[in-house]
Amino acid sequence: MSAGRAPGRSQAGPSPPGGPTAVPGGRGANIVGQRTPLIDGIEKVTGRAHYTADLPFGQALVGRILRSPIAHGLIRGIDCSAARAIPGVRAVITGEDFAAPYGVIPIAQNEWPLARDRVRYRGEPIAAVAAIDEAAAEAALRAIVLDVEPLPAYFSAAEARADGAVPLHDKKAGNIERQVEQDFGDVEAGFGAADLVLERCTTYAEVAHGQIELNAAVAAYEPENDRLTTHSVTQVPYYLHLTLAQVLGMDSSRIRVIKPFVGGGFGHRVEPLNFEMVTAALARAASGTVRTQLTREEGFLTHRGRPATDIRLKIGMKRTGEITAVDCEIVQRGGAYGGYGLVTILYAGALLHALYRVGAVRYRGFRVYTNLPPCGAMRGHGAVDARHAFESLLDEMAGALGLDPFAVRRANLIDAPYRTLNDLQVNSYGLPACLAWAEQASGWNERRDKRAQADRLKRGLGMACSHYVSGSAKPVHWSGEPHAVINLKLDFDGGITILTGASDIGQGSSTLLTQVVAEVLMLPMARIRVIATDSALTPKDNGSYSSRVSFMVGNAALRAADELKRVLVAAAAKALQVTPDEIDWAGECCAVVGTDKSLAFAQVVEAALVDSGTLTVKGVWSTPPETQGGKFRGAAVGSTAGFSYAAQVVEVSVDEDTGVVKVEHVWVAHDCGFAINPLAVEGQVQGAVWMGMGQALSEETQYHEGLAMRPNMLDYRIPTIVESPPIDVHLVESHDPLGPFGAKEASEGALHGFPPALTNAICDAIGIRLAALPATPDRVLEAITQHRREQRLQLRRAAAPAAAPATAATTEAR
Amino acid sequence: MSKRLLTLTVNDRVQQHAVADNALLVDVLRDTLGLTGTKQGCDGGECGACTVLVDDQPQLACITLAATCEGRHIETIEQLSTQGHMSRLQQAFHEKLGTQCGFCTPGMIMAAEALLRRCPDPSEAQIREALAGNLCRCTGYVKIIESVQAAAGVAR
Repeated sequence: MSAGRAPGRSQAGPSPPGGPTAVPGGRGANIVGQRTPLIDGIEKVTGRAHYTADLPFGQALVGRILRSPIAHGLIRGIDCSAARAIPGVRAVITGEDFAAPYGVIPIAQNEWPLARDRVRYRGEPIAAVAAIDEAAAEAALRAIVLDVEPLPAYFSAAEARADGAVPLHDKKAGNIERQVEQDFGDVEAGFGAADLVLERCTTYAEVAHGQIELNAAVAAYEPENDRLTTHSVTQVPYYLHLTLAQVLGMDSSRIRVIKPFVGGGFGHRVEPLNFEMVTAALARAASGTVRTQLTREEGFLTHRGRPATDIRLKIGMKRTGEITAVDCEIVQRGGAYGGYGLVTILYAGALLHALYRVGAVRYRGFRVYTNLPPCGAMRGHGAVDARHAFESLLDEMAGALGLDPFAVRRANLIDAPYRTLNDLQVNSYGLPACLAWAEQASGWNERRDKRAQADRLKRGLGMACSHYVSGSAKPVHWSGEPHAVINLKLDFDGGITILTGASDIGQGSSTLLTQVVAEVLMLPMARIRVIATDSALTPKDNGSYSSRVSFMVGNAALRAADELKRVLVAAAAKALQVTPDEIDWAGECCAVVGTDKSLAFAQVVEAALVDSGTLTVKGVWSTPPETQGGKFRGAAVGSTAGFSYAAQVVEVSVDEDTGVVKVEHVWVAHDCGFAINPLAVEGQVQGAVWMGMGQALSEETQYHEGLAMRPNMLDYRIPTIVESPPIDVHLVESHDPLGPFGAKEASEGALHGFPPALTNAICDAIGIRLAALPATPDRVLEAITQHRREQRLQLRRAAAPAAAPATAATTEAR
Repeated sequence: MSKRLLTLTVNDRVQQHAVADNALLVDVLRDTLGLTGTKQGCDGGECGACTVLVDDQPQLACITLAATCEGRHIETIEQLSTQGHMSRLQQAFHEKLGTQCGFCTPGMIMAAEALLRRCPDPSEAQIREALAGNLCRCTGYVKIIESVQAAAGVAR
């Protein structure tokens, strides 16, 4: 057994254009395209990296949050007088201490940092205290007297949508947060033209991000000059900054937000989170510095994960495998507040079919409010469960038509450039090359259907495809500004400082930006440092979400480096008394073409600074309008400047006596456009596939009357190293025309393919398709038992001569 | 809670501190000694991020009473790089990308360090067994296994 073979790379699609910004392997410096350890890796492995909870703030006050003990109720009163009287307590706050509600989507802001008037889920923050130590803080929480009148509570989408259900929010009849209706082409005609139409329903559990770092924030308020500095674990410091100003009623110029090292995000920290606002409000109320560290349990109580989802999907297919029509209804149990909800339900439809050429699509989506923790964005935002439903049904239909699963995918491939049915722009498309590698590397054709299945341990192979955006072509806070801005500072010391608001949360974005700048300037990476995510120093950035940073911020860095190089070449030319086009730039030195006249880098810097002093140049990048989606309602969601693609094969063994599914091996090919840092890309792809495995095999939240039953890392079963398989990665490089050096995203696309590849493999092994995920032993065993029962019934019916013919019906409905 | 004067040997330094009887080792290391390389990622014994060595054995500092460590030798991640040199495991985790966000990394490296001390040339199965209590949410563990194998290879 090996931990995964050394990954390879292959070229796909058209030859890379010869323009100045799109040469694979770079421009001669040979820094992009190289396996590059993270520039902040040494701090991490030595323990020197400071995460929020590690920051030395001296005797900060301790922040603690009181949470709702019931799932739905009217707040009649919150008596904080006894809590305030406890020695050592410096502040006690409630929802009344905030100026406005918040929400990551500007048009859907219905959440208060501390509940006002009503609580809508168990664990919702109601009040908070700051005290000199934990004991005083805990005593103060216990002394707060709540008067809450219970209301009926709803823990499933169906209950919340039922007639007569109490609306959680005003103007939201039926507790529908967002209903989506999208129609592309003539769906009925498509089904009419199909040789096979199948419809299936599948249920997906709610899953949570489970980043290993606990949530923490430190807020320091200076009352004398009304300034607030907040350090937090955020993926998007800019959203947090905007939100703090809004909920505190402060001028945003008086707020500074700093993101230190962050121990993983996966979407949990994309939205501004209530504890960050509460910590800041406590600091202001106490006129001091407050440190809040949440427990793991509190993290689960406010998880913002992937919603529990029900999907009904119908596909029409021709004998050739060609998809003629798609009809899909998706219901998401969104939890108590809006959060990212409307984007999530739109993503589910937008990315359902757009990696293939399909005839017609009808999509109906329902995002439903329930009395559970609000869901939000999680790696693969919105599209993971939809991908499973789609790829599973393709697999089943392939079987029914006697086609190979690879052949069915190949029957629906597109040719880039291409406009999908739902108006998404595809400029590069490495899926065919991904399919070819996954098929070959896994030994698909030689091994499938040729395995010995004698004992109780059944082996199976399954495959699936997936795709994802390289950042949303329209950001949530659409201000008309460029999507990304990078500043480069060059000073007397000859060091170049990259100033970026992009959040490195472990994915290696700061390393990537350094590689890009070093490549363009042909300088060693050691000459470059990164200062990131400090609103007082670095340019605004839309943050680390939807895999936008490599593509968008990478493009901005490319342009900033181009500009700095232009300035330096001009200065060198002036010093050497030639024109800029006579300068042969080689980074550490430059020369006049055809002469022995040259300057060292230090001399060029000196020459450049003579005219201007300290140099600061800027690079910006925005998505071209044609990539920003169509004109229909919700069209912006799913639009991107570059889609990644992936194909993977999963091998499983299924124990028919215990229902235990073991993943034996994964082969995944990912079209990342161009791997600026192949080492980091592989790490992202492996991590994405593996996170898909957790969701598919063992992870699920669970509630009893709204009470979280698994708010810890033992009951919420994240895979350990013991059950994690070898993951062989192959990088396909399709050279996207808009990506920096042709690069596209690499951290989310491969996640989507794992769950369907797994369940397709389970079906290959034991002939059973599960109606619900995750594929836990109890579910698998139940499905096996049920399957055997049905087989026995069929045998009995076949033995009885009067039995009605039932075989046709059983293939149509589960 | 009463306090006692506790003599602890941490990273080869013998120190005395007044420590509450119920104080956890992780809090003493982080808050009293300022050794924040040891991380806490859960509410007690779930994730392995706080793994330190106590007399060469991996131990979860978040469920260890500091008082039980009197007279024993505690090693944290800060101990492994000395004189400007990273340990073989630190070097390997850095070069092979055994670390992404880095939060589980100190605990992961300390658990692997304990393994390599008692088993210098571990099989992949032994590596998996030794790190079974350390959760990582970023890597899928593939490059963690490669990192430990590379470090063991250096030692061979």
